Amino acid sequence: MANANSKPGSILIKGGHLIDPASKINAPMDVLLRDGRVAEVALPNKTRAGADEKFDARGLIVAPGFIDLHVHLREPGQSYKETIATGTTAAAAGGFTSVCTMPNTSPVVDSEEWVTWLRHPARGAVVNVFPIAAATRLSRGASLTDFAALQRAGAVAVTDDGKPILDDEVMRAALRLGAELNLPVVQHAEDTRVTAGCSMNEGPTSFRLGLRGMPSAAEANIVDRDVSLAQQIRESRLHVAHLSTSDALKAVRRGKRAKARVTCEVTPHHFTLLDEDVGEYNTNFKMNPPLRSATDREAILVALADGTVDAIATDHAPHATHEKQVEFERAAFGITGLETALALAITKLHREHKIPLTRIVELFSAGPARVFDLRSRGSLARGNFADVTIFDPKKRWTFEAAKSRSLSHNSPFDGWQFTGKVVATIVGGNIVYRAD
Amino acid sequence: MNKPARGSLLGIEHMEGKDILALLKLARRMNPQKPRPLLRNKRIVLLFYEASTRTRSSFEIAAKSLGAITTLVQSSGSSIEKGESLLDTGYTLRALGADAIVIRHPSAGAPHLMAKYLDIPVINAGDGMHEHPSQALLDAFTILKHKKSFKGLQVAIIGDIYHSRVARSACHLLTKLGVKVTLCGPPEFVPDVAATLASGLRVSRHPEEALRGADVIMLLRVQKERLAGQKIHLQDYIAHYQLTPARLKLARRDAIVMHPGPIIRGLELTAEVADGPQSVIIDEVHNGVPTRMAILARALGKAK
Repeated sequence: MANANSKPGSILIKGGHLIDPASKINAPMDVLLRDGRVAEVALPNKTRAGADEKFDARGLIVAPGFIDLHVHLREPGQSYKETIATGTTAAAAGGFTSVCTMPNTSPVVDSEEWVTWLRHPARGAVVNVFPIAAATRLSRGASLTDFAALQRAGAVAVTDDGKPILDDEVMRAALRLGAELNLPVVQHAEDTRVTAGCSMNEGPTSFRLGLRGMPSAAEANIVDRDVSLAQQIRESRLHVAHLSTSDALKAVRRGKRAKARVTCEVTPHHFTLLDEDVGEYNTNFKMNPPLRSATDREAILVALADGTVDAIATDHAPHATHEKQVEFERAAFGITGLETALALAITKLHREHKIPLTRIVELFSAGPARVFDLRSRGSLARGNFADVTIFDPKKRWTFEAAKSRSLSHNSPFDGWQFTGKVVATIVGGNIVYRAD
Repeated sequence: MNKPARGSLLGIEHMEGKDILALLKLARRMNPQKPRPLLRNKRIVLLFYEASTRTRSSFEIAAKSLGAITTLVQSSGSSIEKGESLLDTGYTLRALGADAIVIRHPSAGAPHLMAKYLDIPVINAGDGMHEHPSQALLDAFTILKHKKSFKGLQVAIIGDIYHSRVARSACHLLTKLGVKVTLCGPPEFVPDVAATLASGLRVSRHPEEALRGADVIMLLRVQKERLAGQKIHLQDYIAHYQLTPARLKLARRDAIVMHPGPIIRGLELTAEVADGPQSVIIDEVHNGVPTRMAILARALGKAK
């Protein structure tokens, strides 16, 4: 794990306002970190022990370290887009102390060796990296990988992300095996039998631009089937990646009501943008699932507020300039997102849609920690890992994609003015990012 | 670069009605029989990534009638085959001294990409299913030769609207000029969403309804190559939507029949209709040249 060899010492975070939803704390509190763990959480100036270093958090929110359930760090094999080192540096700047990496690399992470390789200190990660392994060999959707071995090597979930597990029997088998091992199966819900050749959402904008559109049913039908399977298979754990449609949410709600272990994540771009924002073929607005209709976005906002959504995940998908500066239909799917996620959540969800900061912090910390069972993370309870995100909810700033820490700059939010900025990111008691 | 260079013609959607009318007026003054060397020594590249007979030769004849030098670059037999990107091809042509690029491409938005990065006018000669602005302009030119004005006209567009760049450009152009347009075809060809393309559009499933009182009937080719996987049967389409002499009688007596070509006799229309007195299909091809002369003259700032 990152920073395993450094000496954390102790830090006292003083004068801040602690939001720790899992501990039901939303109050001014000082937090003492020692030896990589949370040593004390106390009322202002009431910590008993001293510290080597003090962090002045006056006017700032102190939160459990943010966890991103869905990032593409492109290693192994595509280090021209991103590396573990650059991607985790961007993550730290975005306030993320842990990231879960997707296996659709080159080669696909479908063996223990690659899971181990990803977690090796030589990768230079500055935040915690939790690999998600492929659910099927080469992510071809046919034969399952060795879930148990992958889990022993450190995989926190399995998925064929980038592609769905389409075959009913393969999905059923994956959920069954996952249930035995208490391992979540993450589904990229897209019926690729109807989305071939499509490059955006189906609707007035795709019609206007003469682009083939992905119907929302292509997502909803798969989620619907998966939720039904999860209801049938006792103890199975289904996690719906980057959920983007109103109808898919209905299926997730159905599963949750039936007490199935169904969870879902939503991306900042899906709660912020619409398909019409593609404008005149702007490839930085092309991703999969695509930006959807106003109705879908409205349903997502409701679900973020009411607790249906378990986590905000970025689906950070870096691509080189030459993969985006091409015809829209040929352009790669995906956008970067690590450095703009919190700012979008505060600017859009909190300020515009009045979702409380406590809920936003939950969606970035306690929520995702629960989804993948990341023990001793997602909360700053005493004894937990000293992963902390400190942010200023009122700071105004402008995002410049060219100055991003990510190796790639394919963001639709270039030049956007935001309110809310990460001030410091602490991983295992070490400050890994501090705003200038 | 971000804004397309002045004189670019990427689509009809973002044009204003008065600019369309000005272009049509200019086209009326163009005569390929009386060449005018407005574009003497200008280099116009015809960059064609898709097969084309009438659009390509029409642009070429238009350019030459204005005294320009034309170069044809096609995807086969060029660096495009070797994997050169669209933008690199654009930069190369610019470096060779191109003053304007006329581009036909199978991907929607390809001309927009080129216009974003090049400082010379880019003219869209058809991009994927998106737009075909010069076709819409020559069709408007043709309509004006037969009708006094656009105001109050009723136009029926029958056929595969979904796959048609010609239809999209025509819808934008005609509605901007106050024409009432009815799109007609089965849902696979005319999805309900088609009505959102512009205000003043209506969708009908019944050719009888679309044809009644129409001043202009625009037919589109049924693209057999696109039928694969669709639930449409050719025989059903012919039975319901083919323009026959009997159906044509439902339209106004002075209605004209248009088609961007290539036509498939016996499919979207009968030979009697194609060759009948109301057909202006050949006239459209003819009008392509003056219309494209006007487009090129405007592109290179010689719109006199």
